[in-house]
Amino acid sequence: MIPGFPNAMPVEGFIGGLLIGLAAAIMLLGLGRIAGVSGLAARATGIADTGAPRGIAVAFVIGLPLGAFLIATLAGGVTTKFPVSIWPLIIGGLLVGFGTRLGSGCTSGHGVCGMSRLSPRSLVATALFMASGFVTVALLRLGAFL
Amino acid sequence: MKPIVVSLVSGALFGAGLAFSGMADPARVQGFLDLFGNWDPTLAFVMGGALIPMAIAWIIKGRLHAPLAAPVFDLPTSTKLDRPLALGSLLFGLGWGISGLCPGPALADLGVVPLAVMPFVVAMFVGMALHRFLPQLTQQKGASQ
Repeated sequence: MIPGFPNAMPVEGFIGGLLIGLAAAIMLLGLGRIAGVSGLAARATGIADTGAPRGIAVAFVIGLPLGAFLIATLAGGVTTKFPVSIWPLIIGGLLVGFGTRLGSGCTSGHGVCGMSRLSPRSLVATALFMASGFVTVALLRLGAFL
Repeated sequence: MKPIVVSLVSGALFGAGLAFSGMADPARVQGFLDLFGNWDPTLAFVMGGALIPMAIAWIIKGRLHAPLAAPVFDLPTSTKLDRPLALGSLLFGLGWGISGLCPGPALADLGVVPLAVMPFVVAMFVGMALHRFLPQLTQQKGASQ
Protein backbone atom coordinates (compact mmCIF):
# COMPACT_ATOMS: atom_id res chain seq x y z
CA MET A 1 0.00 0.00 0.00
CA ILE A 2 1.18 3.51 -0.78
CA PRO A 3 0.53 6.18 1.87
CA GLY A 4 -2.02 8.65 0.55
CA PHE A 5 -3.30 6.25 -2.10
CA PRO A 6 -5.32 3.61 -0.24
CA ASN A 7 -6.86 2.22 -3.43
CA ALA A 8 -3.59 1.67 -5.29
CA MET A 9 -2.33 -1.88 -5.91
CA PRO A 10 1.37 -1.30 -6.65
CA VAL A 11 2.47 -4.91 -6.06
CA GLU A 12 -0.33 -6.58 -8.04
CA GLY A 13 0.07 -3.89 -10.69
CA PHE A 14 3.81 -4.47 -11.03
CA ILE A 15 3.50 -8.28 -11.12
CA GLY A 16 0.62 -8.07 -13.62
CA GLY A 17 2.75 -5.65 -15.63
CA LEU A 18 5.64 -8.15 -15.70
CA LEU A 19 3.22 -10.79 -17.07
CA ILE A 20 2.06 -8.35 -19.77
CA GLY A 21 5.67 -7.54 -20.69
CA LEU A 22 6.54 -11.24 -20.77
CA ALA A 23 3.56 -11.89 -23.06
CA ALA A 24 4.74 -9.14 -25.42
CA ALA A 25 8.32 -10.50 -25.25
CA ILE A 26 7.08 -13.97 -26.27
CA MET A 27 5.29 -12.42 -29.26
CA LEU A 28 8.43 -10.48 -30.26
CA LEU A 29 11.06 -13.18 -29.79
CA GLY A 30 8.81 -16.13 -30.70
CA LEU A 31 6.93 -14.78 -33.69
CA GLY A 32 8.83 -11.59 -34.54
CA ARG A 33 5.76 -9.41 -34.06
CA ILE A 34 4.39 -6.56 -31.94
CA ALA A 35 1.75 -7.62 -29.39
CA GLY A 36 -0.53 -4.75 -30.35
CA VAL A 37 -4.07 -5.60 -29.32
CA SER A 38 -5.89 -3.11 -31.59
CA GLY A 39 -4.01 -4.29 -34.67
CA LEU A 40 -4.39 -7.99 -33.87
CA ALA A 41 -8.11 -7.54 -33.07
CA ALA A 42 -8.68 -5.75 -36.39
CA ARG A 43 -6.79 -8.51 -38.17
CA ALA A 44 -8.59 -11.33 -36.33
CA THR A 45 -12.01 -9.97 -37.32
CA GLY A 46 -10.94 -9.31 -40.90
CA ILE A 47 -11.38 -5.54 -40.53
CA ALA A 48 -7.69 -5.20 -41.43
CA ASP A 49 -6.43 -7.24 -44.35
CA THR A 50 -2.74 -6.66 -43.72
CA GLY A 51 -0.69 -7.50 -40.64
CA ALA A 52 -0.22 -10.75 -38.78
CA PRO A 53 -1.34 -14.06 -40.30
CA ARG A 54 -5.04 -14.48 -39.50
CA GLY A 55 -4.56 -17.58 -37.32
CA ILE A 56 -1.97 -15.86 -35.13
CA ALA A 57 -4.25 -12.86 -34.62
CA VAL A 58 -7.26 -15.06 -33.81
CA ALA A 59 -5.25 -17.17 -31.33
CA PHE A 60 -4.01 -14.06 -29.50
CA VAL A 61 -7.51 -12.55 -29.31
CA ILE A 62 -8.89 -15.83 -27.92
CA GLY A 63 -6.02 -15.98 -25.43
CA LEU A 64 -6.84 -12.59 -23.84
CA PRO A 65 -10.22 -13.54 -22.28
CA LEU A 66 -8.91 -17.05 -21.56
CA GLY A 67 -6.05 -15.69 -19.42
CA ALA A 68 -8.34 -13.26 -17.62
CA PHE A 69 -10.82 -16.08 -16.97
CA LEU A 70 -8.04 -18.25 -15.50
CA ILE A 71 -6.96 -15.47 -13.12
CA ALA A 72 -10.58 -14.84 -12.11
CA THR A 73 -11.02 -18.57 -11.41
CA LEU A 74 -7.75 -18.95 -9.48
CA ALA A 75 -8.14 -15.71 -7.51
CA GLY A 76 -11.84 -16.21 -6.85
CA GLY A 77 -12.95 -13.30 -9.01
CA VAL A 78 -11.66 -10.12 -10.60
CA THR A 79 -13.08 -6.79 -9.47
CA THR A 80 -14.61 -4.69 -12.23
CA LYS A 81 -16.74 -1.58 -11.97
CA PHE A 82 -18.37 -0.44 -15.19
CA PRO A 83 -20.10 2.87 -15.97
CA VAL A 84 -23.76 2.75 -14.92
CA SER A 85 -24.99 4.10 -18.24
CA ILE A 86 -24.40 2.26 -21.51
CA TRP A 87 -23.52 5.46 -23.40
CA PRO A 88 -19.93 5.90 -22.13
CA LEU A 89 -19.30 2.32 -23.31
CA ILE A 90 -20.79 2.89 -26.77
CA ILE A 91 -19.26 6.34 -27.38
CA GLY A 92 -15.96 5.28 -25.78
CA GLY A 93 -15.89 2.08 -27.83
CA LEU A 94 -16.47 3.90 -31.12
CA LEU A 95 -13.71 6.43 -30.36
CA VAL A 96 -11.27 3.75 -29.14
CA GLY A 97 -11.89 1.58 -32.22
CA PHE A 98 -11.59 4.43 -34.72
CA GLY A 99 -8.75 6.21 -32.91
CA THR A 100 -6.51 3.17 -32.41
CA ARG A 101 -6.77 2.27 -36.11
CA LEU A 102 -6.12 5.84 -37.26
CA GLY A 103 -3.23 6.19 -34.80
CA SER A 104 -1.84 2.70 -35.61
CA GLY A 105 -1.93 1.39 -32.04
CA CYS A 106 -3.09 1.51 -28.46
CA THR A 107 -1.72 1.08 -24.94
CA SER A 108 -0.14 -2.29 -25.80
CA GLY A 109 1.41 -1.64 -29.22
CA HIS A 110 2.51 1.97 -28.67
CA GLY A 111 2.61 2.00 -24.85
CA VAL A 112 4.34 -1.29 -24.00
CA CYS A 113 6.03 -2.48 -27.22
CA GLY A 114 6.86 0.85 -28.89
CA MET A 115 7.98 2.79 -25.84
CA SER A 116 10.31 -0.02 -24.74
CA ARG A 117 11.86 0.20 -28.23
CA LEU A 118 12.07 4.03 -27.91
CA SER A 119 10.09 4.36 -31.15
CA PRO A 120 9.50 8.10 -31.77
CA ARG A 121 5.99 7.43 -33.13
CA SER A 122 5.05 5.38 -30.06
CA LEU A 123 6.49 7.92 -27.61
CA VAL A 124 4.43 10.68 -29.26
CA ALA A 125 1.29 8.50 -29.52
CA THR A 126 1.51 7.45 -25.86
CA ALA A 127 2.07 11.03 -24.69
CA LEU A 128 -0.94 12.18 -26.72
CA PHE A 129 -3.42 9.49 -25.69
CA MET A 130 -2.37 9.82 -22.05
CA ALA A 131 -2.76 13.62 -22.18
CA SER A 132 -6.08 13.25 -23.97
CA GLY A 133 -7.27 10.77 -21.33
CA PHE A 134 -6.22 13.06 -18.45
CA VAL A 135 -8.00 16.06 -20.01
CA THR A 136 -11.10 14.00 -20.81
CA VAL A 137 -11.50 12.71 -17.25
CA ALA A 138 -10.79 16.20 -15.84
CA LEU A 139 -13.56 17.61 -18.05
CA LEU A 140 -15.93 14.79 -17.06
CA ARG A 141 -15.19 15.64 -13.43
CA LEU A 142 -15.77 19.35 -14.12
CA GLY A 143 -19.15 18.46 -15.64
CA ALA A 144 -19.83 16.34 -12.53
CA PHE A 145 -20.29 13.18 -14.59
CA LEU A 146 -17.87 11.34 -12.28
CA MET B 1 6.38 -24.83 -31.25
CA LYS B 2 3.52 -23.99 -33.58
CA PRO B 3 3.08 -20.23 -34.15
CA ILE B 4 -0.62 -20.40 -33.24
CA VAL B 5 0.20 -22.00 -29.87
CA VAL B 6 2.85 -19.33 -29.17
CA SER B 7 0.32 -16.64 -29.98
CA LEU B 8 -2.36 -18.23 -27.78
CA VAL B 9 0.10 -18.46 -24.87
CA SER B 10 1.13 -14.83 -25.39
CA GLY B 11 -2.51 -13.71 -25.49
CA ALA B 12 -3.42 -15.72 -22.38
CA LEU B 13 -0.42 -14.36 -20.42
CA PHE B 14 -1.36 -10.85 -21.55
CA GLY B 15 -4.97 -11.34 -20.42
CA ALA B 16 -3.82 -12.86 -17.12
CA GLY B 17 -1.54 -9.88 -16.52
CA LEU B 18 -4.35 -7.42 -17.24
CA ALA B 19 -6.72 -9.20 -14.86
CA PHE B 20 -4.12 -9.62 -12.09
CA SER B 21 -2.95 -6.01 -12.28
CA GLY B 22 -6.42 -4.54 -11.86
CA MET B 23 -6.39 -3.14 -15.39
CA ALA B 24 -9.49 -5.16 -16.31
CA ASP B 25 -11.41 -2.74 -14.07
CA PRO B 26 -12.54 0.36 -16.02
CA ALA B 27 -13.00 2.31 -12.75
CA ARG B 28 -9.35 1.72 -11.78
CA VAL B 29 -8.07 2.85 -15.18
CA GLN B 30 -10.29 5.92 -15.02
CA GLY B 31 -8.90 6.46 -11.51
CA PHE B 32 -5.40 6.70 -13.04
CA LEU B 33 -6.62 9.30 -15.52
CA ASP B 34 -8.38 11.22 -12.75
CA LEU B 35 -5.47 13.51 -11.78
CA PHE B 36 -7.73 16.04 -10.07
CA GLY B 37 -9.80 13.50 -8.17
CA ASN B 38 -9.01 10.39 -6.16
CA TRP B 39 -5.89 9.56 -8.23
CA ASP B 40 -4.96 5.87 -8.45
CA PRO B 41 -1.31 5.37 -9.57
CA THR B 42 -1.66 1.59 -10.18
CA LEU B 43 -1.48 1.88 -13.98
CA ALA B 44 1.98 3.46 -13.72
CA PHE B 45 3.23 0.35 -11.85
CA VAL B 46 1.69 -1.89 -14.53
CA MET B 47 3.38 0.08 -17.30
CA GLY B 48 6.69 0.03 -15.41
CA GLY B 49 6.45 -3.72 -14.89
CA ALA B 50 5.59 -4.35 -18.54
CA LEU B 51 8.42 -2.22 -19.92
CA ILE B 52 11.14 -4.25 -18.13
CA PRO B 53 10.72 -7.62 -19.92
CA MET B 54 10.09 -5.83 -23.20
CA ALA B 55 13.22 -3.66 -22.93
CA ILE B 56 15.23 -6.86 -22.34
CA ALA B 57 13.41 -8.56 -25.24
CA TRP B 58 14.43 -5.76 -27.64
CA ILE B 59 18.09 -6.25 -26.60
CA ILE B 60 17.83 -10.02 -27.18
CA LYS B 61 16.05 -9.36 -30.49
CA GLY B 62 19.12 -7.44 -31.67
CA ARG B 63 21.20 -10.61 -31.36
CA LEU B 64 18.75 -12.88 -33.20
CA HIS B 65 18.73 -13.36 -36.96
CA ALA B 66 15.16 -14.64 -36.91
CA PRO B 67 12.43 -15.18 -34.33
CA LEU B 68 12.36 -18.55 -32.57
CA ALA B 69 9.08 -19.82 -34.04
CA ALA B 70 8.66 -17.82 -37.26
CA PRO B 71 10.81 -17.27 -40.37
CA VAL B 72 11.32 -13.48 -40.15
CA PHE B 73 10.80 -10.42 -37.95
CA ASP B 74 7.85 -8.36 -39.19
CA LEU B 75 7.97 -5.09 -37.26
CA PRO B 76 6.81 -1.51 -37.83
CA THR B 77 9.54 0.57 -39.50
CA SER B 78 7.91 3.99 -39.89
CA THR B 79 9.37 6.87 -37.88
CA LYS B 80 7.15 9.56 -39.42
CA LEU B 81 5.27 11.75 -36.97
CA ASP B 82 2.15 12.51 -38.99
CA ARG B 83 -1.37 13.80 -38.52
CA PRO B 84 -3.17 10.41 -38.46
CA LEU B 85 -0.88 9.29 -35.61
CA ALA B 86 -1.63 12.43 -33.59
CA LEU B 87 -5.37 12.67 -34.34
CA GLY B 88 -5.93 8.93 -33.84
CA SER B 89 -4.11 8.96 -30.50
CA LEU B 90 -6.10 11.99 -29.29
CA LEU B 91 -9.42 10.34 -30.26
CA PHE B 92 -8.32 7.09 -28.61
CA GLY B 93 -7.48 8.98 -25.39
CA LEU B 94 -10.89 10.65 -25.46
CA GLY B 95 -12.67 7.28 -25.69
CA TRP B 96 -10.31 5.77 -23.11
CA GLY B 97 -11.15 8.55 -20.64
CA ILE B 98 -14.90 8.35 -21.27
CA SER B 99 -15.08 4.58 -20.78
CA GLY B 100 -11.99 3.55 -18.79
CA LEU B 101 -11.38 0.85 -21.40
CA CYS B 102 -8.83 0.22 -24.14
CA PRO B 103 -8.70 -2.77 -26.53
CA GLY B 104 -6.67 -5.20 -24.33
CA PRO B 105 -8.72 -4.94 -21.14
CA ALA B 106 -11.97 -4.85 -23.15
CA LEU B 107 -11.22 -8.18 -24.83
CA ALA B 108 -9.83 -9.67 -21.59
CA ASP B 109 -13.07 -8.69 -19.81
CA LEU B 110 -14.99 -10.93 -22.24
CA GLY B 111 -13.64 -13.79 -20.13
CA VAL B 112 -14.75 -12.24 -16.82
CA VAL B 113 -17.80 -10.00 -17.34
CA PRO B 114 -18.85 -10.63 -20.94
CA LEU B 115 -22.28 -8.99 -20.72
CA ALA B 116 -21.01 -5.80 -19.09
CA VAL B 117 -18.20 -5.25 -21.60
CA MET B 118 -20.09 -6.37 -24.72
CA PRO B 119 -21.49 -2.92 -25.69
CA PHE B 120 -17.95 -1.51 -25.65
CA VAL B 121 -16.48 -4.38 -27.67
CA VAL B 122 -19.20 -4.18 -30.33
CA ALA B 123 -18.83 -0.38 -30.56
CA MET B 124 -15.03 -0.73 -30.76
CA PHE B 125 -15.24 -3.07 -33.75
CA VAL B 126 -17.79 -0.74 -35.38
CA GLY B 127 -15.31 2.11 -34.85
CA MET B 128 -12.51 0.05 -36.41
CA ALA B 129 -14.73 -0.86 -39.36
CA LEU B 130 -15.73 2.81 -39.80
CA HIS B 131 -12.06 3.73 -40.03
CA ARG B 132 -11.53 1.07 -42.65
CA PHE B 133 -14.61 1.60 -44.81
CA LEU B 134 -15.58 5.27 -44.31
CA PRO B 135 -12.96 6.62 -46.78
CA GLN B 136 -14.16 4.15 -49.44
CA LEU B 137 -17.80 5.13 -48.90
CA THR B 138 -17.12 8.86 -49.13
CA GLN B 139 -14.93 8.35 -52.21
CA GLN B 140 -17.64 6.34 -53.97
CA LYS B 141 -20.18 9.02 -53.12
CA GLY B 142 -17.85 11.67 -54.50
CA ALA B 143 -17.20 9.68 -57.67
CA SER B 144 -20.89 9.20 -58.42
CA GLN B 145 -21.64 12.91 -58.21
